[in-house]
Amino acid sequence: MELTRRNALMIGAGAFAATLLPVGAFATPEDTEKAIAEFTGGAEVGEGGITLTTPEIAENGNTVPITVDAPGAVAIAIFAEGNPEPKVCTFNFGPLAGSQSASTRIRLAGTQNVVAVAKMADGSFVKTANTVKVTIGGCGG
Amino acid sequence: MKNRVTLKGAFGVAAAAVTMAAASTALAETAPPIKDLIINGEEKMIVVAKPQPGVSNLDMEYDGWLFRSPETQALQMDDFENPGMIFVEQAEEMWNTAEGSEGKSCASCHGDPSSMKGVRATYPKMSKSLGKLATIEMEVNNCRTERMGAEPWKYTGGKMVAMNALITLQSRGMPVDVRVDDSVRANWEHGKEMYYTRTGQLELSCANCHEENYGERIRADMLSQGQINGFPAYRLKNGKLNGIHARFKGCVRDTRAETYKPGSQDFIDLELYVATRGNGLSVTGPSVRN
Amino acid sequence: MAKGVKPRVKVPKKASAGDVITIKTLISHKMESGRRKDKKTGELIPRNIINRFTCDFNGQNVIDVEMGTAISTNPYFEFEAKVPESGEFKFTWYDDDGSVYETSKKITVS
Repeated sequence: MELTRRNALMIGAGAFAATLLPVGAFATPEDTEKAIAEFTGGAEVGEGGITLTTPEIAENGNTVPITVDAPGAVAIAIFAEGNPEPKVCTFNFGPLAGSQSASTRIRLAGTQNVVAVAKMADGSFVKTANTVKVTIGGCGG
Repeated sequence: MKNRVTLKGAFGVAAAAVTMAAASTALAETAPPIKDLIINGEEKMIVVAKPQPGVSNLDMEYDGWLFRSPETQALQMDDFENPGMIFVEQAEEMWNTAEGSEGKSCASCHGDPSSMKGVRATYPKMSKSLGKLATIEMEVNNCRTERMGAEPWKYTGGKMVAMNALITLQSRGMPVDVRVDDSVRANWEHGKEMYYTRTGQLELSCANCHEENYGERIRADMLSQGQINGFPAYRLKNGKLNGIHARFKGCVRDTRAETYKPGSQDFIDLELYVATRGNGLSVTGPSVRN
Repeated sequence: MAKGVKPRVKVPKKASAGDVITIKTLISHKMESGRRKDKKTGELIPRNIINRFTCDFNGQNVIDVEMGTAISTNPYFEFEAKVPESGEFKFTWYDDDGSVYETSKKITVS
């Protein structure tokens, strides 16, 4: 059987990918639930009224752009289910916030769900989640 | 001439297993989706250019930006969004800071950084002060040791790559115009030979990936033409600016070869050759890559 | 203080009273997660991140962000602010090591 160059590339790429695995354990879904419960104080979490914008596929997990928007929120917390520490950040909006939205760039340890939970002015909570596929590149370069 | 390559033997059984799964996808060079790269809403870059005859086997030259995802592309379209600009600002401070026994800064001799306009578009080239083919890094260190009486910077160190980014920015938008005259022809020929020579356990040449298969995926990553007009490049993977030789080193290492050293004559010659493969594209550094 | 930390902010110079403006901030910082190993020694590199970022306008809060280790190197934020009158935005980043990085921007409201 002839081996094409493509196949040789793929084998090499697999070896590089192995070196990219992060140190330490990943969080479990329970860890994420616990982190969310800390934010909500165990209150029930509804849906709707919150938008999370993420790329469908992130070219590199080290820098993934995200935007959250929840009109009327006092705070929005972001969680990454598959990261070593699920809690990413919490945006607390002050009296001079022009909107209850914010953008940042985050690290994702692999393909996973990103969850955004908003605390509304009346003390209720809503959440939304997106899956972000994180590609592990062929060339570590 | 585009040889389809087959590798035999070296990878044995493991590779055979992959072959079964991979089927026989024909690979080829694939043009990326063409878009305008306009920085800060006003500076339009040349991201597609016609190659010079006799330099490469490329049908067209494509800026590496075209091969990236929309999110990564967006980071380069606004200087505030581009994290590489942090390092340009740091370099502006260094530019004006006197160092070494002579009490001089870059500004003492060169004035404003804008005096560097055009430099990045024409380097590497035969240097008057060094008397040989020189890169920007070599010129910077020559200034530091010979004129400032300061310690040279590490070739791929943070200060060097930041200063290179500041110098590069002055030429942003200008077409790359690296010339090969008799004084550097032997270097260029050597660089060209390196480009087409397979190295490492994977037996890959630069051309195998970046000339014959650009626009195709190597695993999940899309291969570009390996153009260097966008360097220094801020890479999302390491959160810093990366110089040309550091990237060359990474590529050569990925073929599982012992790499050349950044700043070595081999890499200087390779840089000269690769630069001419991008003649006509704009200088677009500091760029943003994955 | 971590080496080479430099804040950048982008705020319009002028606005009309009551306008909502967009603010962008970027600060150079490694955001060492505490999970990377030193390539030479094999030892874990201790965590050193910016753990909080705040933006205030004339003493009133716009946004207050609690940050974890998943915020990328060279942290970037974009958000909106109301500007009731002329004044000064104050931006503050808090480092794990106790350092505080500050910068400010004036805006004229007409």
